[in-house]
Amino acid sequence: MKTDRIYSQLFASFVRIGAFTFGGGWAMISLIEREVVETRKWIAREEFLDLLAVAQSLPGILAVNISVAVGDRLRGWKGSVAAAMGTIMPCFLIILAIAIFLTPELIQNNPVVSAIFRGIRPAVVALIIAPVVTTAKASHIGWKTVWIPVVVALLIWSHIPVISNPILYIVLGGVFGFIWLRRQERLLTMRQIDKKEKEEGL
Amino acid sequence: MIYLRLIWSYLKIGLFGFGGGYAMLSLIEREIVGPGWITEKTFTDIVAISQMTPGPIGINSATYIGYAAPLQAGFTNPLWGVLGSVVCTLVVVLPSFLLVAYTSHFIARHKDSVAIRGIFMGLRPVVIGLIASAALLLMNAENFGSETFEIWISVIIAIGALATVLFTKIHPILVILASGLAGFLIYY
Repeated sequence: MKTDRIYSQLFASFVRIGAFTFGGGWAMISLIEREVVETRKWIAREEFLDLLAVAQSLPGILAVNISVAVGDRLRGWKGSVAAAMGTIMPCFLIILAIAIFLTPELIQNNPVVSAIFRGIRPAVVALIIAPVVTTAKASHIGWKTVWIPVVVALLIWSHIPVISNPILYIVLGGVFGFIWLRRQERLLTMRQIDKKEKEEGL
Repeated sequence: MIYLRLIWSYLKIGLFGFGGGYAMLSLIEREIVGPGWITEKTFTDIVAISQMTPGPIGINSATYIGYAAPLQAGFTNPLWGVLGSVVCTLVVVLPSFLLVAYTSHFIARHKDSVAIRGIFMGLRPVVIGLIASAALLLMNAENFGSETFEIWISVIIAIGALATVLFTKIHPILVILASGLAGFLIYY
């Protein structure tokens, strides 16, 4: 009986989180942590942080990844489905309703709606510039690394066939990050070995 | 077959969407505006709607575009739109299930390894470039207007919105509502 209830509890918990967090991503994480760790006591805090590390490392939508990971940890794939459906359901229903009533044609042809959206569009662009600034600060981007985002942004913007594909830079970033860090670590160990040999030589 | 193409596009978005919603935008733009399923304008409108409604932008865009694209492509019955939005929403989360199920143990065990730390170190500056490219892609005539008067108004709204979000604690939803009100007062 008890195992039956956890699926509906998982679903209900994530529905509540999905329905009330605006802005997605990080805003959701603290709510999920409170619900899963403190209110329901399903998972210990350290373990939640481990799951969060995994969810962040994987591609895809962060809130979905963490709900899948929590569900998976509790009840395997069935738990994942219950939790993820909970996260998805509220925004799916809200957006579907909006899509049905607020069609692209209506936005374009209705004078009131069209005027409102003409004001909104430039603000949306600004709301995307803001995270560029805040993320750059949080990632400690300095003068030595700032060329990377600049070049990536300009090349994607260029609309040149293969070169403007964002996937290319995700793959290159990962590969070069790995190669660079491996070289750094090797240089470090080589220096340590050198030092040791010198000390022993003396 | 529009559904197969939508599935393919959203599979790619789910599989390569690193760095959160904003970083996914340029990928979504490329996959969805590129083939001409929706216009640049509609894309921006979806981002605006996503900001004002709960839930992640990846899901919101999948649901809206899944509905709008088949109808735009000539299907007249709205049920085809509903089917499209169900399909796109499920497809964009599908990679998450598979990756969590099959790779989470591996990642948890190796999260301090040189490989995983290096990959994420390399991804960090790229993610910033991805977000910046989304902003660049959206700075166009469709969003800022083509007449001098409208361009000036748009630039003022954009700078005002940016300053508000960066330097005050006012919620982005309020910024969108205020700019919508400005648009109504100026253009209606």
